[in-house]
Amino acid sequence: MDLELMINSFPKLLNATVITLKLLSVSLIIGLFIGLFFAILRLNKNILINRLSYGYSYVFRGTPLLVQIFIIYFGLGQIESLRSTVLWVVLKEPYWCAIIAFALNTGAYTSEILRSAFQTIKPGIIEAGKSLGISNKVIFYKIQIPIAIRQSLPAYGNEIILMMKGTSLASTVTIMDLTGVAKYIISTTFKPIEVFIVAGGIYLFMTFIIHNLIKFLEKKYSFN
Amino acid sequence: MELLAFGDTGWGDELFYATLMTIAVSITAMFIGFLFALIFTPLKLSKNKFLNFIANSYTTIIRGVPELLVIYLFFFGGTGAVMFVASIFGYNEYIEINAFITGAFAIGIISGAYSTEVFRGAIQSIDKGQFEAANVLGLNKFGKFFKIILPQTLRLAIPNLSNVWQITLKDTSLISVTGLVEIMRQSYIAAGSTRDPLFFYSFAAVLYLLLTFVSMKLINRLEAKYSRGY
Repeated sequence: MDLELMINSFPKLLNATVITLKLLSVSLIIGLFIGLFFAILRLNKNILINRLSYGYSYVFRGTPLLVQIFIIYFGLGQIESLRSTVLWVVLKEPYWCAIIAFALNTGAYTSEILRSAFQTIKPGIIEAGKSLGISNKVIFYKIQIPIAIRQSLPAYGNEIILMMKGTSLASTVTIMDLTGVAKYIISTTFKPIEVFIVAGGIYLFMTFIIHNLIKFLEKKYSFN
Repeated sequence: MELLAFGDTGWGDELFYATLMTIAVSITAMFIGFLFALIFTPLKLSKNKFLNFIANSYTTIIRGVPELLVIYLFFFGGTGAVMFVASIFGYNEYIEINAFITGAFAIGIISGAYSTEVFRGAIQSIDKGQFEAANVLGLNKFGKFFKIILPQTLRLAIPNLSNVWQITLKDTSLISVTGLVEIMRQSYIAAGSTRDPLFFYSFAAVLYLLLTFVSMKLINRLEAKYSRGY
């Protein structure tokens, strides 16, 4: 056990953690909006819209995140017409490619979580709103959405942790996130166990924080 | 379509064998995962605090650390560990471990942590009366486990195990970083030599979708079989 290496690599890995957290937070925020959008589409009675939304979540949940990143990073750059547009400014950066892939991926899972939350809302609550003379729009924004968010907290907490682990794939497209730096240190020192303990410890600490934060929110917004 | 031709002109046969490799690694990893679950589920349910602690550490660490990091640990650490053991027996040459074994083992350990949680949940949700009834019938430990508890556990566990299978199947794409030629690695090679990454990675996505779709159909059938009588 090389303690000196562990101590020396700790600040480097901590620096890389900032990038991991940035990737995570930006893609979660974008993914939440994508998820909400597609969850609302799933509630639509139009079969075509419904199928389209289901197709999106099916494809992104049925394929590995690695494939999604590679399609966006290596694949989209191949389309000539895309290179001359404004989009290319974003797509030539591995950082943004990773975020697009993560956001679309977590958006697919989030849409499923929110959809099932919307569907478990008791019709009586919506009827109560209607009988009080509240408009459909207000019922949706002030009653259905808050209840759905509360319902989906435990599942969404899991999704945040899965996404945090997913950001490690950013290292495959040259981003030096926590896993990227850990791999670099391992391949230069050939001390995988020491580096794994430090980097894994940081990841576990983040999991612990997220887990407790969600528990706290669940308690705060519980119905009784 | 020429790109997918079988033989020397296209990548069809290579991708076909790569798909078989993905299936082989997934099944091996799932099986290794079951072996781990077989060890750790009883530890989780045990009344001994120390055994509990060991099992909880295993599932918490594996489920809280990125899969890729675990794979790197095995990829870089596996050779070292085997060579260390070999050196005790006086063998000091360089030993290279098969990428298939390293990969299947790394994914298997991850898959095992999820399976352990699934089996624990399933056993805990079996009614206490079932255990008591088995005792009253005078069944011995084996009979109790194999005839009463296991069939009911399987019925409850299959829907969640199908999730574990999906996770395992998708995780195998990460083994491509160790050089094992499965779908992802083969697509990477094909994309590099034809300069057509969009086509090959999209095709890889289709192959994975096909694998998840077909395995879901098979698992649904299995589920129906174990749920007869309910």
